[in-house]
Amino acid sequence: MRKYVSFFRIRFINALQYRAAALAGMATQFFWGGMLLLMFAAFYRSAPENFPMGFQELSSYIWLQQAFLAMLNAWSFENDIFEAVSTGNIAYELCRPMGLYSQWFLKASANRMARAALRCVPVLVFASILPAPYGIILPPDAGTALLFVFSLFLALGVIVAFTMVIYIITFYTISPTGVRMAAVSAADLLSGSLLPLPFFPDGFRQAVELLPFASMQNVPLRVYSGDLSGQAAAWAIGLQLFWFAALLVLGMWMMRRALHRVVVQGG
Amino acid sequence: MKLYAKFFSLHLRSMMQYKSSFFLMTLGQFILAFSAFLSVWFLFDRFHQVDGFTFEQVLLCFSVTLMAFSWCEGFFRGFDTFSSTIQNAEFDRILLRPRNEIFLVLSGKIELSKIGRLLQAFLVFLYALPVSGVEWNVQRVLVLLFMLIGGVCVFCGLFLIYAAICFFTVEGLEFMNIFTDGGKEFGSYPMSIYGDGILRFFTFMVPIACFQYWPLLYLLGKSDSLWCMLSPLVCIVFLLPCWGFWRFGVRHYQSTGS
Repeated sequence: MRKYVSFFRIRFINALQYRAAALAGMATQFFWGGMLLLMFAAFYRSAPENFPMGFQELSSYIWLQQAFLAMLNAWSFENDIFEAVSTGNIAYELCRPMGLYSQWFLKASANRMARAALRCVPVLVFASILPAPYGIILPPDAGTALLFVFSLFLALGVIVAFTMVIYIITFYTISPTGVRMAAVSAADLLSGSLLPLPFFPDGFRQAVELLPFASMQNVPLRVYSGDLSGQAAAWAIGLQLFWFAALLVLGMWMMRRALHRVVVQGG
Repeated sequence: MKLYAKFFSLHLRSMMQYKSSFFLMTLGQFILAFSAFLSVWFLFDRFHQVDGFTFEQVLLCFSVTLMAFSWCEGFFRGFDTFSSTIQNAEFDRILLRPRNEIFLVLSGKIELSKIGRLLQAFLVFLYALPVSGVEWNVQRVLVLLFMLIGGVCVFCGLFLIYAAICFFTVEGLEFMNIFTDGGKEFGSYPMSIYGDGILRFFTFMVPIACFQYWPLLYLLGKSDSLWCMLSPLVCIVFLLPCWGFWRFGVRHYQSTGS
């Protein structure tokens, strides 16, 4: 256990080095969130009765999304890992006294958390001082807040487990760009990062909510504002648990199979 | 120009060595753009119109912006990835060659898989042309052409600035994404929907609205003013300060790598 903790710590400190990058990222996120809200406000003006969630809930959703972007986005992959596969450095990693799966899993989740830890506080502080329907407000009660944190970490688990599956697929293809792009674009749309899922047309939305992608962003961000509560929240979080376990098992199984026949490239 | 064609065919041939990878990437680009289109569609499915623009009219705007952007992303790839050119001191080699350095960076990298996105934008464009309710005449076709040229100019200018900043920072700055990726993303809608302040910013500072919102007003017959008609030409002028900034950057260039 101790080696996992220290491995995690190293990664965390490493990512915290890039403070200027974090600053620039924050500026981008303020702007991005603001523009998105202005866009939704325009749609809201044209037909308020068709708005599928309260505007305040939407604002909370958008700002949380911006604050935890580094943690929950589908498009940031660890380039080290792709490189390790295509250059053959993976041979060294295999020599280390811990499983490759857990090594990569920790690496990815530590990097994501470190990046988010730097960025989330200023974004949230900024968002909380914005005027009423555009800012972020506290969750309705302490129980919701706890549920949000729980769901947030589950979402992180689901997304890292998902990216793990993608990494392992690269064992077989060497040129990972195509697979990666298809996975990213699917996840981008279906996790609710381009457009919150409540805005999807009925019928389609119900189907999408069952997919693992919905567990990546949709659930925690809506649990926070109480848009998803009670039975619906319990069901959604149960689904998150299921997908986390399923992707974990799938990834480990694929990894074992792939390692049986790994061919290291390069010398 | 002949040299560029030579470079182009070189890139084409090297891409074609990995055919399946190329087609997968093109397909990926297509899907990526398609999800952006879907989210616009879903919104209009629910709200029908925004700020007086219908779905088809917004699609016209969406496709023009996307076409301009993906064109630049494909052919201006060298500027988009300029930080790595600086980091490994590739730029020293470029400066030694007896050609204009912009031309060399430009032709050094061409990302043909962006055709996927371009194709997508073009299909949407073809769909939107007849149904957008524009009464076509010579001026309007001309304005549409201006819009496309203007869009390419603005994004080219932005990529140029993005690259020029690397002369000072070595790293590419993430906040420039606000204008490049953000321009593509938020430029899908006429800039007026974001309110007056934003519209003014994207008219006078970064003239994105000049190739979409203002000429769109003219196309749709919402305005007859000459300004709206000629506003895309401002985008061409926008290239001047960008180019100036690039020259300024080149003069301050200090080599990095070994």
